[in-house]
Amino acid sequence: MAPKLPLHHPVEQSSTASAGGQAAHSAPPRGLMRWLLTTNHKEIGSLYLIFSLTMFFIGGVFALVVRAELFQPGLQLVEPEFFNQMTTMHGLIMVFGAIMPSFVGLANWMIPLQIGAPDMALPRLNNFSFWLLPVAFTLLLSTLLMPGGGPNFGWTFYAPLSTTYAPPSTTFFILSLHIAGISSILGAINIIATVLNLRAPGMRMMDMPLFCWTWLITAFLLIAVMPVLAGAVTMMLMDINFGTSFFNAAGGGDPVLFQHLFWFFGHPEVYIMILPAFGIVSAIIPTFSRKRLFGYASMVYATGAIAILSFMVWAHHMFTVGLPLTAELFFMYTTMLIAVPTGVKVFNWVATMFRGSISFEPPMLFALAFVVQFTIGGFSGLMLAISPADFQYHDTYFVVAHFHYVLVPGALFAILAAAYYWLPKWTGHYPNLKLAHWHFWLSVIGVNLTFFPMHFSGLAGMPRRIPDYALQFADFNLASSLGAFLFGASQLLFVWLIIKCVRGGEKAPAKAWEGAEDLEWSVPSPAPLHTFEHPPTFRRDENSA
Amino acid sequence: MSGGSYYVPPTSKWPVLGSLALGLMLIGFGMILVHGMNGIMMAVGFVALLTVMGLWFRDVIKESRGGLYDDQMDRSFRQGMAWFIFSEVMFFAAFFGALFYVRTFALPWLDGEGAKGVAALLWPEFTASWPLMEPPGDVAGPREVLSPWQLPLVNTLILVGSSITLTVAHEGLKEGMRETTRNWLLVTVLLGLSFIIIQGVEYYEAYHHYGITLETGIYGSTFFLLTGFHGAHVIIGATILAVMLLRILRGHFAAENHFGFEAACWYWHFVDVVWVGLFLFVYVF
Ligand code: HEM
Ligand SMILES: [Cu+2]
Repeated sequence: MAPKLPLHHPVEQSSTASAGGQAAHSAPPRGLMRWLLTTNHKEIGSLYLIFSLTMFFIGGVFALVVRAELFQPGLQLVEPEFFNQMTTMHGLIMVFGAIMPSFVGLANWMIPLQIGAPDMALPRLNNFSFWLLPVAFTLLLSTLLMPGGGPNFGWTFYAPLSTTYAPPSTTFFILSLHIAGISSILGAINIIATVLNLRAPGMRMMDMPLFCWTWLITAFLLIAVMPVLAGAVTMMLMDINFGTSFFNAAGGGDPVLFQHLFWFFGHPEVYIMILPAFGIVSAIIPTFSRKRLFGYASMVYATGAIAILSFMVWAHHMFTVGLPLTAELFFMYTTMLIAVPTGVKVFNWVATMFRGSISFEPPMLFALAFVVQFTIGGFSGLMLAISPADFQYHDTYFVVAHFHYVLVPGALFAILAAAYYWLPKWTGHYPNLKLAHWHFWLSVIGVNLTFFPMHFSGLAGMPRRIPDYALQFADFNLASSLGAFLFGASQLLFVWLIIKCVRGGEKAPAKAWEGAEDLEWSVPSPAPLHTFEHPPTFRRDENSA
Repeated sequence: MSGGSYYVPPTSKWPVLGSLALGLMLIGFGMILVHGMNGIMMAVGFVALLTVMGLWFRDVIKESRGGLYDDQMDRSFRQGMAWFIFSEVMFFAAFFGALFYVRTFALPWLDGEGAKGVAALLWPEFTASWPLMEPPGDVAGPREVLSPWQLPLVNTLILVGSSITLTVAHEGLKEGMRETTRNWLLVTVLLGLSFIIIQGVEYYEAYHHYGITLETGIYGSTFFLLTGFHGAHVIIGATILAVMLLRILRGHFAAENHFGFEAACWYWHFVDVVWVGLFLFVYVF
């Protein structure tokens, strides 16, 4: 069977030169005001991306403080109280400030381009969603400077650590989470409305690129669970400030209730951080294999199945709190069930590459690394899903290894892959190939050096969230710390590369990658500020249906 | 406009000002709670937020009445509102979930039921009951609980009634009978107001005669959490309806195109449905 070339999606009338269509509006403001007041999906997308990159470095510095302290056994650099604030803030900033906003940024930039829409459905609301974030995260970061310090109870902020024993700044932490939550919900509403309502005439749901599909389902998850998180932190706020007893057993409440509420949000949340990544990888692998995605429909259904199942597995984070046996079993089986649709996806990516004519440009490198390493994280997840085994693994570095494999070489690598894939569309220039290769290889080595040893230290019994540890874990931790600094430093290359790419470099044509077929490649590179002001007519190739 | 059919608004200052106002309001709230500061900052933030929202909606109304929106835009608004209400549903679901969890699991376990007998070791004397009159630890319970068949029943009738009057008003608008709309909308707003007043009376009673407060263990906690957030939503809903009344008086809304009005109706019905759930699970059962 010869490799099948991707089919064309002819576009009757591309948007191209109509960048002047906006001339009817009064001249847009310049300088800072342009960014503050914009309603343009590309500008807002860039704002999101720049914001999340900033947060990525702030959260990264916190992680390096943690790794520096753990470089050797014993207490060297920081007080344990401060250590706890660093682990907590690292997690919060990375989850809510780096990974989530960067996916929203990509959605802003790419969904309208991929479905042939002039902008997001509700452009002003879009700007509001973004500008809530700097407010939320300035507030969150400022808690570090408040009397008693910032949040120190872990990113999962379990009661009563986060209520009865929490620092006074916790109230501000709660309020900042409310603001970030509003931002997520409004952003998700906008994405759903855009995908459902603004597709180019002729484009059916099942014609959409998978990135749009996965984001549609992610947005649904966001709207379903962010309010639950808001409810949970509201109860915390009341317990702290108004003497209620939600998480206080003495008044008839239950601290375990907090965990249920948190993980009802928390598990879908981890899929919120991975589904868009699935969409990105499903765009990149076909492009550089020069084949169509294998099993498009099964990808869509698998994503839906994962989303539905993700509401039924939350208590796998709570196997050791003393659940009834039925609950242990139920959540063990449902969790293992999730591996099935996840496996379908991995299978489809591999099958797409099978007999493709593959080339290894930077986006493809990151996407391939994603497939391999995300799968490692999936497997350790399966181990954790075995309830009796989890009694041993829980709250050890094994869990830390698991979720870092799915989040760093998983979600983060997909974001990096997306950046390399779409940078030509954003800037009009190809990223510097040599730098990109350095960035890729240093990142891969750094990531694995950091997180692979954590499997071993965890299985050997090293607990997570501690500033000091027994001597037998010293070598593993030394390796992890070296890897972390290597990984951190190599991300500076990425920043340099982006700056260079914005400034100049090899010019990219509209269709920047030979095998790329989605609608975004029909507009020029760099994409003009306004695209698809007149909706293009999407015609699917009959053979492809 | 030389652009395409879908209306893309020009730059706007409301979003960024809105986020600053919201931040100011919430930080002001935190300052009251944490540092005992006065409420000026919060009040300024609140007023600023209301102002920004007012001006933002004014722009939308202007654009809508200026004929800039088409059916596609209308669908975007509908979807936006529907999903927003869904998010509110999930917000209340968290609170209802907490209530059910405590009643079906946490309290019986504290009493020694189930395989988790250890929880009973904490307070061996404790007996589970709902409403929980005697919390296990050193937290004083309520003295007495409210009967569902007095003020809560009245409020149920009021709110369900107001959903009906609102539907009458809406039908009137669709038929072009603006008088009907105006009158029944006014009735709806008044019913909403009376609900809020009665709820206030009930809170007063709860605190002063029944000894139900936020501090009386999980019963008081869930009671005020659920009714309080619902009450806040009634206030918001009634305010929205009052704005709709003003717009009706100013001649806004066409018989075939009045999504602002419909969105207000959706919201009000949602608030109503939540109340029915509340009445059943907080008061009756
Ligand atoms: C095959 C799929 C997966 C399975 C079976 C699985 C299973 C688990 C289990 C059982 C735990 C709890 C371990 C413990 O605390 O003892 C866990 C923790 C975690 N997982 Fe997964 N997982 C999967 C995929 C993912 C994905 C895709 C992500 C994120 C992108 C993720 C992120 C996390 C995080 C953040 C934690 C730790 C939370 C914490 O305690 O701080 N997992 N996983
Ligand atoms: Cu999970």
